[in-house]
Amino acid sequence: MTTDTHDVDRSTDLSQPLDRLGPDETLKYNSDYLRGSIDQGLLDRITGGVKFEDNKLMKFHGIYQQDDRDIRDERRRQKLEPAYTFMVRVRLPAGVCTPEQWLKIDALARAHGGDQIRLTTRQTFQFHWVVKEDLRPTIQGLHEVLLDTIAACGDDARTVMATANPEDSAVHAEVAVLSKQLSDHVIPRTRAYHEIWYGEQKVATSEEQEPLYGKTYLPRKFKIGFVVPPSNDIDVYSQDLGFIAVSGANGLEGFNVTIGGGMGRTDNEPRTYPRLGDVIGFIAKDRLLAAADAIISVQRDFGNRKERARARFKYTVDDKGVEWVKAEIERRMGAPFEPTRPFEFTSNGDVYGWQRTDNGRFNYTLFIENGRIIDRPGKPLLEAIRAIAHIHRGKFRLTPNQNLIVADVEAGDRAGIDAILAEHGLAENGRTSALRLNSMACVAMPTCPLAMAEAERYLPDLIGRLETLLAAHGLADEPITMRMTGCPNGCARPYVAEIAFTGRAPGKYNLYIGGGFHGERLNRLYRENIGEPAILEILGEMLGRYARERAAGEHFGDFVMRSGYFAEPA
Amino acid sequence: MTAFNSFAEGALTLEQWQHVEALARTLTPAQARWISGYFAGLDAGLLRGGAPAADIAAPAAAQGRTLTILYGTETGNSRDLAKALAAAAAERGLSPQIADMSDYKTRLLKDEQDLLVIVSTYGEGDPPQPAVGFFEFLEGKRAPKLEKVRFSVLALGDSTYEKYCEAGKRIDARLEELGATRIGGRVDCDIDYDDPAAAWSKAVVDRLAADLAQSATALPGIAVPSAIPTGAGTPAYDKKKPFGATVIENIAIVGRYSSKETRHIELDLAGSGLTYEPGDALGIAAVNDAAVVGQLLEATGLSADAEITVKGETIALAEALENRFEVAIASPRFLDQWAKLTGAAELEALRGEERAAERLLYLRNHHVVDIVRKFPLPGVDADSLLAGLRPLQPRLYSIASSLAAAPDEAHLTVAPVRYTLHGEPRSGVASSQLADRIEIGDTVPVYIQHNPHFGLPKTDAPIIMIGAGTGVAPYRGFLQEWEATGTEGRSWLFFGERNFRSDFLYQTEWQQWLKEGVLTRMDVAFSRDRGQPKTYVQHRMLQQAKDLYAWLEEGAHVYVCGDEKSMARDVHETLIQIVSEQGRVDRDTAEDYVRRLASDHRYQRDVY
Repeated sequence: MTTDTHDVDRSTDLSQPLDRLGPDETLKYNSDYLRGSIDQGLLDRITGGVKFEDNKLMKFHGIYQQDDRDIRDERRRQKLEPAYTFMVRVRLPAGVCTPEQWLKIDALARAHGGDQIRLTTRQTFQFHWVVKEDLRPTIQGLHEVLLDTIAACGDDARTVMATANPEDSAVHAEVAVLSKQLSDHVIPRTRAYHEIWYGEQKVATSEEQEPLYGKTYLPRKFKIGFVVPPSNDIDVYSQDLGFIAVSGANGLEGFNVTIGGGMGRTDNEPRTYPRLGDVIGFIAKDRLLAAADAIISVQRDFGNRKERARARFKYTVDDKGVEWVKAEIERRMGAPFEPTRPFEFTSNGDVYGWQRTDNGRFNYTLFIENGRIIDRPGKPLLEAIRAIAHIHRGKFRLTPNQNLIVADVEAGDRAGIDAILAEHGLAENGRTSALRLNSMACVAMPTCPLAMAEAERYLPDLIGRLETLLAAHGLADEPITMRMTGCPNGCARPYVAEIAFTGRAPGKYNLYIGGGFHGERLNRLYRENIGEPAILEILGEMLGRYARERAAGEHFGDFVMRSGYFAEPA
Repeated sequence: MTAFNSFAEGALTLEQWQHVEALARTLTPAQARWISGYFAGLDAGLLRGGAPAADIAAPAAAQGRTLTILYGTETGNSRDLAKALAAAAAERGLSPQIADMSDYKTRLLKDEQDLLVIVSTYGEGDPPQPAVGFFEFLEGKRAPKLEKVRFSVLALGDSTYEKYCEAGKRIDARLEELGATRIGGRVDCDIDYDDPAAAWSKAVVDRLAADLAQSATALPGIAVPSAIPTGAGTPAYDKKKPFGATVIENIAIVGRYSSKETRHIELDLAGSGLTYEPGDALGIAAVNDAAVVGQLLEATGLSADAEITVKGETIALAEALENRFEVAIASPRFLDQWAKLTGAAELEALRGEERAAERLLYLRNHHVVDIVRKFPLPGVDADSLLAGLRPLQPRLYSIASSLAAAPDEAHLTVAPVRYTLHGEPRSGVASSQLADRIEIGDTVPVYIQHNPHFGLPKTDAPIIMIGAGTGVAPYRGFLQEWEATGTEGRSWLFFGERNFRSDFLYQTEWQQWLKEGVLTRMDVAFSRDRGQPKTYVQHRMLQQAKDLYAWLEEGAHVYVCGDEKSMARDVHETLIQIVSEQGRVDRDTAEDYVRRLASDHRYQRDVY
């Protein structure tokens, strides 16, 4: 740990005694490197849940307790505890997995996860509905195919994202490898995970267990992503730490670095806000790990540990000043950043169907509404992908927009995959409105404890109603990004969407408009706490005007920002 | 002759005696009983008339024979009858001692003189649980000769079961075998026992009072010990006069996808004066489902409005079937009756003593309506049908609350009994009434059935509570009581059901009590959780054998509540196994240990 000689406010950071920091800091400090009493809690048969403290610690293990909120009240009356289940999130750097891994995920979902898989907005798998006794079998099952859930949640550096761009393979492959290296490098070193979930013996050791994190880990979650322009599918400006790939004649050269992005805000707390990351310079690719260490350690040492609502890196950057933070990073790297290299983004959405890649193979991007893979009557999606996994010889890539790419398909294998899709009622996949294809929703009800309103279960219906309006205005094929979350925390990155809804109460949403089409601009709050009739009326009017008055090639978000919907400029 | 000699000297003149003896030789037993009653009545009449009272006004018993009324009871009926008998005897100047077989000091048996026994039969011919120890003694080698003892037995039973009144028959036979003299033939009572029990009581009291009168005339002037108190403590509402309790809660307490329908029901007892202790039961005078009555009427071709007379009251047949008779489960008596009426060979073939097993199986698979449908009897009259039916019995439920925690309330945990027979849904009378036909605000006729053999220790001894399914009900009452009264004992609950997620009855309450320390430990076993081996409470007991034995050694009381066949039997075996393994003793010693727990009232069972 470096000593700080700068003249900055240290009243809320790691330099303070524990009792002057938030309660989570003491909890982490006393957890014996994330062990707590998780192992005893798993054996407690009186409850299907775990203790409050252990739930917090289990997040670092990629697991958190939820309950079926649809029946919470009913169960209270039945004198039963809430129907606790667990969400288990896999660590899947760059969203890449093998068919063998897919088949294991599929089998675990059917054995323990309510017969469904969720693809997340951060390119990984989530199981829901896992009961406590099934946690160990689930995690051991993942281990069999070399997957784990370490640091998929918690106050640590999360699973690392990377552009899933289907047209590009060489750079993608290299970036995927680097994101795996970085992920492996930044996850906690504690053996707690191996002891608790794999049943390994605890080894007595006197050496420091967490060289990067220390006993209290980070003040808050820390999201990292790699992006390969021109796609901005990972919304690099929403990451705490973003790496924008820069390629030259000899392939990947290095990265422009962005810091301090983040979506979450807290309701009725104006000191919290979504923030786009700042590009602070370029690093060569061999400096990647050193840069990540330096940046994460700055947040570790200066991040706010007093108030969790203000603990994300974006507030550290704003509170200390981006130049100060950059200088501190450079000091810790022992070298300055190089000047930012030019780059350009065009979109943050996905391209569907078959794409030819630069190595002559093919990728098929399957549209998966809100990332939910489940067998529905006439549309057995889970079954279809299982069938594909059985014959597929390439990889799968999960996209940041919750879709799935069947990657590296030989020309001769395309027909087989097409046949499986057709057999499972998926021949028309991707042939729906551009609005739906560019939409995203978080899980929300009934499992997410934070949700205040529906998201995944409602957005498809709302889009159905909006499609009628779009058709009336001739906009059916106009891509507009639309995102919905059940709370203001921003898991579906709503604040960079052209149209966004964040839940306030059942059936009530805040409406945001004007985000940049490729995630380069935050949207703005247009109406608070409105229900569907008002949503349809407002958007109906806007879409009508957009259809009539837009400039050639002008995106919806750009249009509304210049059309007088906001009295003053942002 | 010997009889004369056994009379207190000077009771009769020789001339009088010769008349009596001459008469006695001509009497049938029935006539003898009648005459006994006649003289007793004459005696009572004389007393009331006051005329010759001078001699008898202060009847003496001290010099007469001792009288012990011994009862064995499961649900309290025998005890109630014993108390009534004692009161009647006391009124007649006798000085009865009343004793529960569970408490009775068997060493006193050899010194008994007159012994009146009232005992019910439990399950398939077994004695009531609390009386098992007494039976073991009486039927064992250590039982003394009882040549000086005179006795009579009232046996309670249920003709629905095979081995009707078996416990009473066993005592009756054994007392005779030990040399005791019968002073009145055994009377066997079916569940509608009021009338035959009253007749037996009257006959034995008359007989003993007559004897006493003889000795009293000889030795007047000795004061009567005070009689058993009656009246004062008698509640205004009881089994014969149930209280209409208002339903204030009636909800399913199993979660979605449960294979059970277990309900939690709260009843308001305010104004009834009814009180209970944790462990007591609530009797519910349930009525039959009108639909079931309708099916029976249709099958018999009888009219709902047909007027019939039940116990001197004229009511419509449908009403009688709904409120007065068991119309679903057929008893051996019904089988008998229907065999006689129809002459059906299949039914006739089931009647013999040696066909008990087949009969039991047949009755399990054929309700009244099934038999009537299978062997229709066009034109059968209502009385012929009713003659085979048992009177409708109240149903008992362990109370799941404590008055200390919920004043004026009684809570029940009820799992509706439902099954399919001959392609039709069938259900238990009371459980389905409570689940399907009673809503909040309705009233249900109830009474309290005290259970002196299932209650919290008077000391702060640790308690180990073992229950499966609705058998957990009384423990909710126990812990409510301890919480409300601030009792600081250690407690340990073993609970079993099918599925953790849906069937963990009262889960949040146990969790709270664990948190507060009212409940010290809890182990649960769920037998149908996916991917888990079938686990029952006894498996959890075995896993905790060391601690469980330690608790026993520290004086813990053990409670078992729930189904006998599917739980209590295995739990009992497991207790013996744990004592044997942990105490490092052989099986006989372990059995003795458990038996001693029971006789010390530290092992109490409420099983059904």
